[in-house]
Amino acid sequence: MGRTLSEKVWDAHVVRHADGEPDLLYIDLHLVHEVTSPQAFDGLRLAGRPVRRPDLTIATEDHNVPTLDVDKPIADLVSRTQVDTLRKNAKEFGIRIHTLGDPDQGVVHVIGPQLGLTQPGMTVVCGDSHTSTHGAFGAIAFGIGTSEVEHVLATQTLMQARPKTMAVTVDGVLPDGVSAKDLVLALIAQVGTGGGQGYIVEYRGEAIRALSMEARMTICNMSIEWGAKAGMIAPDETTYSYLKDKPHAPQGVDWEAAVEYWNSLATDDDASFDREISLRAEDIAPFVTWGTNPGQGVPLSANVPSPDDFDDENEKVAATRALEYMGLTAGTPLREVRVDTVFLGSCTNGRIEDLRAAAGVLAGRKVADGTRMLVVPGSGRVLLQAESEGLDKIFKDAGAEWRGAGCSMCLGMNPDTLAPGERSASTSNRNFEGRQGKGGRTHLVSPLVAAATAVLGTLAAPTDLQPLDVPVPENV
Amino acid sequence: MDAFTQHIGTAAPLRRSNVDTDQIIPAVYLKRVTRTGFEDGLFAAWRNDPEFVLNKPEYDGVSVLVAGPDFGTGSSREHAVWALMDFGFRVVVSARFGDIFRGNSGKAGLLAALVTEDVVEQLWATVEKDPGTKVTVDLEAKTISAGELSAPFEIDDYTRYRLLNGLDDVGITLSHEADISTYEATRPAFKPATLPAKA
Repeated sequence: MGRTLSEKVWDAHVVRHADGEPDLLYIDLHLVHEVTSPQAFDGLRLAGRPVRRPDLTIATEDHNVPTLDVDKPIADLVSRTQVDTLRKNAKEFGIRIHTLGDPDQGVVHVIGPQLGLTQPGMTVVCGDSHTSTHGAFGAIAFGIGTSEVEHVLATQTLMQARPKTMAVTVDGVLPDGVSAKDLVLALIAQVGTGGGQGYIVEYRGEAIRALSMEARMTICNMSIEWGAKAGMIAPDETTYSYLKDKPHAPQGVDWEAAVEYWNSLATDDDASFDREISLRAEDIAPFVTWGTNPGQGVPLSANVPSPDDFDDENEKVAATRALEYMGLTAGTPLREVRVDTVFLGSCTNGRIEDLRAAAGVLAGRKVADGTRMLVVPGSGRVLLQAESEGLDKIFKDAGAEWRGAGCSMCLGMNPDTLAPGERSASTSNRNFEGRQGKGGRTHLVSPLVAAATAVLGTLAAPTDLQPLDVPVPENV
Repeated sequence: MDAFTQHIGTAAPLRRSNVDTDQIIPAVYLKRVTRTGFEDGLFAAWRNDPEFVLNKPEYDGVSVLVAGPDFGTGSSREHAVWALMDFGFRVVVSARFGDIFRGNSGKAGLLAALVTEDVVEQLWATVEKDPGTKVTVDLEAKTISAGELSAPFEIDDYTRYRLLNGLDDVGITLSHEADISTYEATRPAFKPATLPAKA
């Protein structure tokens, strides 16, 4: 019988298999950042162990770093210590690091792909749950804890039980103005935050094939938000043309050999999945979350739900708590919800295409009075690219703040946080209580919805905006 | 890691579902570079609420946490496990755990015991009625008992074996070093390397 994409990639990385034990898997790429690594390096030092493969490891600073005054020492001393610790560890163990101010500094899941280090058929890990992003290339990519970070540093392997397989097939064509983010939010609302648990998910079908690499990364990024071990998309011409010119892409005969191998990875026609889910792209509309987990979402055109809408007792209780925390009343149209802050950025939606989409809406328009908008590019390179296209000027002319690269307000470890009670429309991945700042209220949205919301000051899609008198310049 | 065979202690009922790792320990508490001292961030947003279960005097000194489904979803931060352990927890019981959280627990020595929702409900009822009830978690027998209740819990065999023996993963893996070297020799030439850096 045939094998699925994930089974082929898994099988190709098994170093050791023994019945009753997890497989020992080889790791092709290990991404390291400042928050989940210090205790792992300490562990190595205590045991007198080296990093086995510094040449398969890369570090950057992203979670803690400020997005203003990036040329000055980090003001928060505890954050500075953590960043300095990573720099010292990278030096001591011979690991390549991209520090603040370097064009290749940025959110760890943005820099792997932009350097061409993320490729099809690989295993990629990082001490960060959104490592699932890299699955967009047809890699098995997942987040690990600090003990496992130490394990990979020491051995370049991980012990992993083989997950089950799931297919999410999206047929049809996404309507205009509906993006990958809407698609994945709609999926999570349907299956729940635990729906993917124990599975590696393969996203397939016509609507997935039609997506750009950036959009595929958005989908795979959010796999963890419905509990999946990893999310993957089979590599194809879209993948190869994205990769071809990247610095670490294979060259010459290596490229030919690689493509031949990558083409063999697609799920065989006679392979079967442990579970299958189907969606129709035409049914998807701009989507927003109203609650405090990514599964609590509805179409933007809907009203805030009532706890009575849920049959399950746990969901009922969770909805009651969420409405209270979010300061929302059941029955309110979501389009009437006022937003204080719009955050455009993160490993979910901080890539160049996301910035272009939002700039396309903001060009010739202004951010509403009483609303602030932060634009945080995913990496130094995304920032430079955006500036070369004049996108920074569009954002600044609209009244948005143009910031340096990092994780920023996605998790509020740096100074970019929400105040208690402050409400955001955020292109990030988690609307958990306090995620963006203690007492902060988060609505997850796509870049298009974020931009339209910034203009109106209430949750909105671009179709809600007045048409412009002057046409938008062609380059956006 | 210390071996874990049996644990006896009192338990706190956490009647919430979807307690993600941002709730267990918010990101601002993750800035330490040490391995200990994370108890100050545990459930930080709720710790000022006198009604929060861990603030009630009758649950002082608990070492077993009984939580609603989807406990530990979200971020990969192992700090969530460390915060629970630094606070004094040795066992977390739930009907569903976030995958990464469950993996991290096994690595750090916290027992994540998977039970049915019905068992969670019974444990809640038992320890709410009498907070002093001793809860016994037997990893050898894979059972959890409290008062009249005795129920099985699930944990994967390998994690159980490692916990029972207090084994260090890195040490086990390095005993297979020859397998790793053999595998490395077969990796295709087109696989990327981070060094030397290319721009």
